[in-house]
Amino acid sequence: MHAFNYHRPSNVNDAAALAAKSVDAKILAGGQSLVQAMKLRLAAPTDIVDLGTIKDLAGIKVDAKSVTIGAMTRHAEVEGSAEVKKAIPALAALAGMIGDRQVRNMGTLGGALANSDPAADYPAAVLGLGATITTTKGTHAADKFFKGLYETALRPGEIITSVSFPIPKRAAYMKFKNQASRFAIVGVFVADTGAGVRVAVTGAGPCALRLAEMEKALSAKFAPESVASLKIKSDGLNADLHASAEYRAHLITVMAKRAVEAAMK
Amino acid sequence: MGAPLIGARIQRKEDYRFLTGAGQYTDDVTLPRQTYAAFVRSPHGHAKIKSINAAKAKAAPGVLAVYTGEDIAAAKLGGLPCGWLITDVNGQPMKEPPHPVLAQGKVHHVGEQVAVVIAETLDQARDAAELVQVDYEVLPAVADVRLARAKGAPQVHGIAPDNTCYVWALGDKAAVDAAFAKAAHVTKLDFVNNRLIPNAIEPRAANGSYSRADDAYTLYVASQNPHVERLLMTAFVMGLPEHKVRVVAGDVGGGFGSKIFLYAEDVVVTWAAKQLNRPVKWTADRSESFTSDAHGRDHHTIAELALDKDGKFLAMRVKTTANVGAYLSTFASCVPTILYATLLAGQYTTPAIHCEVTAVFTNTAPVDAYRGAGRPEATYVVERLVETAAREMKMDPAEIRRKNFIRSFPYQTPVALLYDIGDYDATMDAAQKLGDVAGYPARKKASAAKGKLRGMGYAAYIEACGIAPSAVAGSLGARAGLFEAGEVRVHPTGSVTVFTGSHSHGQGHETTFAQVVADRLGMPIENVDIVHGDTSKILFGMGTYGSRSIAVGGTAIVKALDKIIAKGKKIAAHLLEASEGDIEYANGVFKVTGTDKQKLFGEVAFAAYVPHNYPHDKLEPGLNENAFYDPANFTFPAGTYVCEVEVDPETGVVKVDRWTAVDDFGKIINPMIVEGQVHGGLTQGIGQALTEGAKYDSTGQLVTGSFMDYCIPRADDVPMFQVDTRETPCTHNPLGVKGCGEAGAIGAPAALINAITDALGVKDIAMPATPQNVWRTLNQKKAA
Repeated sequence: MHAFNYHRPSNVNDAAALAAKSVDAKILAGGQSLVQAMKLRLAAPTDIVDLGTIKDLAGIKVDAKSVTIGAMTRHAEVEGSAEVKKAIPALAALAGMIGDRQVRNMGTLGGALANSDPAADYPAAVLGLGATITTTKGTHAADKFFKGLYETALRPGEIITSVSFPIPKRAAYMKFKNQASRFAIVGVFVADTGAGVRVAVTGAGPCALRLAEMEKALSAKFAPESVASLKIKSDGLNADLHASAEYRAHLITVMAKRAVEAAMK
Repeated sequence: MGAPLIGARIQRKEDYRFLTGAGQYTDDVTLPRQTYAAFVRSPHGHAKIKSINAAKAKAAPGVLAVYTGEDIAAAKLGGLPCGWLITDVNGQPMKEPPHPVLAQGKVHHVGEQVAVVIAETLDQARDAAELVQVDYEVLPAVADVRLARAKGAPQVHGIAPDNTCYVWALGDKAAVDAAFAKAAHVTKLDFVNNRLIPNAIEPRAANGSYSRADDAYTLYVASQNPHVERLLMTAFVMGLPEHKVRVVAGDVGGGFGSKIFLYAEDVVVTWAAKQLNRPVKWTADRSESFTSDAHGRDHHTIAELALDKDGKFLAMRVKTTANVGAYLSTFASCVPTILYATLLAGQYTTPAIHCEVTAVFTNTAPVDAYRGAGRPEATYVVERLVETAAREMKMDPAEIRRKNFIRSFPYQTPVALLYDIGDYDATMDAAQKLGDVAGYPARKKASAAKGKLRGMGYAAYIEACGIAPSAVAGSLGARAGLFEAGEVRVHPTGSVTVFTGSHSHGQGHETTFAQVVADRLGMPIENVDIVHGDTSKILFGMGTYGSRSIAVGGTAIVKALDKIIAKGKKIAAHLLEASEGDIEYANGVFKVTGTDKQKLFGEVAFAAYVPHNYPHDKLEPGLNENAFYDPANFTFPAGTYVCEVEVDPETGVVKVDRWTAVDDFGKIINPMIVEGQVHGGLTQGIGQALTEGAKYDSTGQLVTGSFMDYCIPRADDVPMFQVDTRETPCTHNPLGVKGCGEAGAIGAPAALINAITDALGVKDIAMPATPQNVWRTLNQKKAA
């Protein structure tokens, strides 16, 4: 790891100011991607702005319509939260599928969204549930947040503070894991919101994306057979050693079908 | 004394140390005035080094030195030697390209060491390593074993035309051809035995130091065989006398073969320690391990089995191309030959076998012994052929094996080995019963009802362990002996320290060897300590690999114990005023036969060290004996594995649902440790078949260079294993032991691929059978 300046601000505005000071500054949330990249010397930020001691960034609030989760809330807290499990069980279950226990004890919701790894799990839930992302500069709708590979609508120095997930009628997440990394090769989040169905997939494209054709079919009839024979085009999907674009396209259909089955249980 | 210690499930003595973080691994050793090394490594598979500019690195904070290949050449350091000479089919020696410890003019694989930066701290060394500017001219590369000899393939080494290290053969080709000509059925397979990366949990590490006071070196190193490391490094590379070099391999966190070999970094830190007159430490990070540890397997094989109409094996014909990587690592040459072709008889009476092996150089990391070393490759050939033949001939796969089992021992195979003993029906019967093979049809039906495809596969493996009779090994090209040494030091009050040339890096020798000693001497196991891994303490040792420790190292200890007891009898006879022939020893007591006159072991030991009343005219004082043991033959552990898989045809995911392993390891010292070895071996074998596969691209880049892409199995990838043993004691060592460390890795891949191909209804599937691979195979079957 290269040497860097370390900052530990006590509030989010100071953090944003510190981050804006240097082009090579990086905001540290749970550190499960950034610290690895630094240890491998792939990332060499001049300044690290650690959000770890900013108190009001973590926590879970549930009301009748939504679940709001602070950006610095660890995956393990979401996974284990009785309130989340009751309100949106699919969200708690998704958090429990991220990485391994050590990763879940450190990794955060805000960090995962800001990084927008193409194979991360949380983006599927954010997009699938149509969540609202609150930052130091305002709010972003999920549909306009993920812009591309590791690219989001966040501007320099803008820090996510919380995410609000509308509570759906029913929802489920099905993840097909990369054997080695256990990231999603394909992860499909299906949510029946009451006002239509949303289907979001992670791992398959440069960032999380919605599947309009499936949403239409499931809005007409929320049942596994509505998607079981829907063939997804492989054009533009990710391809790597573990999964070709064709295999990913196939897996999207299988995982979507299984997610609907799980949501109906 | 209580129950016998041999055969007891005793908890591992070493675990308290390991589980409480008190182990002393190489990286834990920090010496006064310690410095740290970082290696600059080739980012290219094949390139000329046009120039190296180290000026900026040398000027960086804390940097003490930067050395390149030029410094190594000027110091006249030799290259790394290969420990086994293979002579080719034309009587010519194998091609041995120079293997410099820092690259000389050219790099031949990604990860090859090009320069070393030594600094006051590790971070300073790593920062400065990034400042070393190497100007490369990138050359075309070849990485795939199947392409190495293709027309126009890039040449890795000038001295090895067609990238060929040797073409070697074993067996009677004419007899094999004749048998094939009259065969009723021929089964043929063409496959790649996938390349694996060992990944011991402790990466390689070395800490070299030099003392001007006595002009002597000490190297702390993560090694499976410190004496061999010292011999190779002093005699072949550095031109130093052995008494001036101490090699210490204390606690070592796993090896699986990859820490047998002498590596460049070990030499560089030792040499640099004298240049700087300060100790130099290097510990690989995981990325370095991936590209610079010796890898395993990587064969392309075309294998054929000839059978008569009743399924009796008539002959086997095997042609293998083995990738040895960019350089010949320490035992690279013998793994795909001596440790492979000789095992092709398996458990069967196949009368004629011929095997031709072509070893090729490629622009990849060197390939050498990895858990099983040659024997998993052989078992895969034999057991895939046998199972496939049974299916093609519509015979039961267990019955075709029984029809061909060797049942009369000793048995001379057509591929050089002489099996001393075995009972293959016993392990097959037990595996079928324990694995409830009779209940398989019902389970297959139940899987089908869930939309899953169930398959079952066998592997009935054999391995040659207890390596090796030195004369035999020497006649086959070994450049070293393969005996083992042991020393038993009885202290004046009767406790015992045992020094062994075997090395424990996970095997639990501190417990099993202590059980043998305590059992033989009739004393509590707490009174026995086992010491290994330090050339200044151990008289000599060939180290641990090839499941040889208990069979060879254990026997050396037993022989030393015999000498202790024999001397003890002489002392006791004197003390008891009896004749030596009347003294018997049992349960820690020397006794005059038929009387109640006796002396305790401790009393005899005390008399030996406080020899007031002692037969000085006939006997030296003290009670300390050593022994060297050179085995008369290999040992032949064997067993049967049965596994069942359930495949999800929608996703291609294979679930290993049931696994039964029945092994014959001869006598067993500690069943709990043996079960642990079997579990670990099976898991590695399942890894090879299901998840692991090292991939280089056509430019020689390692595509699977981290755990993000290279998948070693986790606990949830394997089932709860059902393991059991049957026992035919080895006939030629006093403990009757055979060895158990590699069996699981040897037998598992064939059993698992047999089960998967059964489930899918296909002849073959390449390893690893990843979900995508299974899905594609099913699609191809549908399309066909």
